[in-house]
Amino acid sequence: MAKTLFDKVWQSHLVDVQDDGTCVLYIDRHLVHEVTSPQAFEGLRAAGRRVHRPEATLAVADHNVPTLNRAKGVDDPESKIQIDTLAANCHEFGVPYFAMDDVRQGIVHIIGPEQGMTQPGMTIVCGDSHTSTHGAFGALAFGIGTSEVEHVLATQTLIQKPAKNMRIMVEGDLAFGVTPKDLILAIIGKIGTAGGTGQVIEYAGPAIRKLSMAGRMTICNMSIEAGARAGLIAPDEVTFEYLKGRPFAPKAGAYEMAVKHWKTLPSDPGAKFDSEVSIKAAGIAPQVTWGTSPQDVLPITGSVPDPSKEHDDGKRQAMERALSYMGLRPGTALRDVAIDAVFIGSCTNARIEDLRAAAKIAEGRKVASGIRAMVVPGSGLVREQAESEGLHKIFLAAGFEWREPGCSMCLAMNADRLNPGERCASTSNRNFEGRQGRGGRTHLMSPEMAVAAAVTGHLTDVRELL
Amino acid sequence: MDKFVKLTGIAAPLPLINVDTDMIIPKQFLKTIKRTGLGTHLFDEMRYDDKGGEIGDFVLNREPYRKAKILIGGENFGCGSSREHAPWALLDFGIRCVIAPSFADIFYNNCFKNGILPVTLPKPVVEKLMEFARGGNNATLTVDLSSQTITGPDDKPIPFEIDAFRKHCLLNGLDDIGLTLQKAAAIDKFEDHQKLSQPWLWSAAV
Repeated sequence: MAKTLFDKVWQSHLVDVQDDGTCVLYIDRHLVHEVTSPQAFEGLRAAGRRVHRPEATLAVADHNVPTLNRAKGVDDPESKIQIDTLAANCHEFGVPYFAMDDVRQGIVHIIGPEQGMTQPGMTIVCGDSHTSTHGAFGALAFGIGTSEVEHVLATQTLIQKPAKNMRIMVEGDLAFGVTPKDLILAIIGKIGTAGGTGQVIEYAGPAIRKLSMAGRMTICNMSIEAGARAGLIAPDEVTFEYLKGRPFAPKAGAYEMAVKHWKTLPSDPGAKFDSEVSIKAAGIAPQVTWGTSPQDVLPITGSVPDPSKEHDDGKRQAMERALSYMGLRPGTALRDVAIDAVFIGSCTNARIEDLRAAAKIAEGRKVASGIRAMVVPGSGLVREQAESEGLHKIFLAAGFEWREPGCSMCLAMNADRLNPGERCASTSNRNFEGRQGRGGRTHLMSPEMAVAAAVTGHLTDVRELL
Repeated sequence: MDKFVKLTGIAAPLPLINVDTDMIIPKQFLKTIKRTGLGTHLFDEMRYDDKGGEIGDFVLNREPYRKAKILIGGENFGCGSSREHAPWALLDFGIRCVIAPSFADIFYNNCFKNGILPVTLPKPVVEKLMEFARGGNNATLTVDLSSQTITGPDDKPIPFEIDAFRKHCLLNGLDDIGLTLQKAAAIDKFEDHQKLSQPWLWSAAV
């Protein structure tokens, strides 16, 4: 029977299937960070259990780490305890750990692929919802809670039920000035934040095939914002080429054997999907969010919507609440919305390709007066690469701050946060109330659009600057 | 994990769609290395003002909902991050059951690991329960997991669906890890097979 990519990865990782369909699924790689793991290690200790396969695990602190003056250490006492606890737990249980002063440190979903740890056909988990990022390689990758982190540490498996198969076909080509971030925001706008619930989304079609690995990671990263359990993109030559020579990728000899297997993974012709959505890439314009859910998204050419035109009570109330929180009036042109801050970073958009694209717009321009703008690379290696290309000089000359790697203002667990009422053009993935700081107002967009907003001082159609 | 068999208590209405995990427990409280003590910060930014004073309007700041054991929410409840701090905060506050028309997957899953029962019911039924819950002290619901029913508005029990395995684990307070470790031989067998069929997964590990 014709199988989907998801079916193939799922079925090849089944350890046990109960009569009621509950499965024990084998997990190939486990990424660990400081926020969702302390209670899991504590659980192991309390039960006298060990880590089943430490060498299939990789830990890094990213959520809490400072992005300024890191050599001085961590000021916030609670953050420091959490980071120190991770280091101590990794030492005690023999788990590989990239310390804060290691150039390989960075956002967990940036460093897995960067190190070649993320490979096609694998099952990958992490106590973080944006684990969906790794699906860009054709790996089944999803976020789990802390109890499940403990379960994977102890058994290298999870108890799961299969997801449904959904396919999103993206036909044609993305238009000039339109990025993978715009595409995924448009997809979320179309299917909604619960559109993928219970399903694994496979992104397919010509527009997806043409994307770099960085673009594919941006797409899969935000699958969770579409409610999906995971996102997937079939591996191809772009994937194989990306992996070649990376530290944890298969070495010569093994690599050829792996590629042969990876080529068997794409969905078979005629494979059945439980649901299918088709989108024309050419019709998508640069996107920005206006509300407090990622589905509250519109082309930059649009205007703030009017709740009074919404017939569904629940949706209308949510819109009114969002507009009140965001301080926006219905009918305002999005490009007239002035901003206070700009954040370029996060597991969605802090890879070298994102920084290159942002620098291209920033070059020779200045951040508008009164605007606080920062660039936070996704890893120490991204930062190093950017500096070797001189990108940091472009950002600094334009008036951006050039920071050290971490999750930073995507979720504001460290010192990088918005003040109440501040409005931010952000390349991150969530615009929830308080996400970037209590009372902070987030507009999600691509790195190019964020730079455009930084230099004009208001939401801007980046195509006018190209 | 505590068993969940039958629960009778006050139900608090929270008529919002897309209640996200940042709302349930904002990130500044994720710095803990413990599972307990998060109840005070449940819905922190909706519950307290800038100075830490209670916002009187918010449902959990009002009697009798301060003692709520059940929460009734809108569609896509628990969307957002994978933080298990969200169910930990609910549990620490005293909430053992959440009723909504739909849930986000990870949150739904996390509830079961902590002895919280998430109940999915059709939207009109949830709206009826929401209306009933507005009645305050008189709005006590009984959630019976063994019979898969909720009783409240009238004496007619409302049936709900639940996965049989999850029900079994909740009713008996079973530890997933213990159950899986009983299958250690199957895990070993799987690993032996994978070492032969996909050796690069074993030679090139971290």
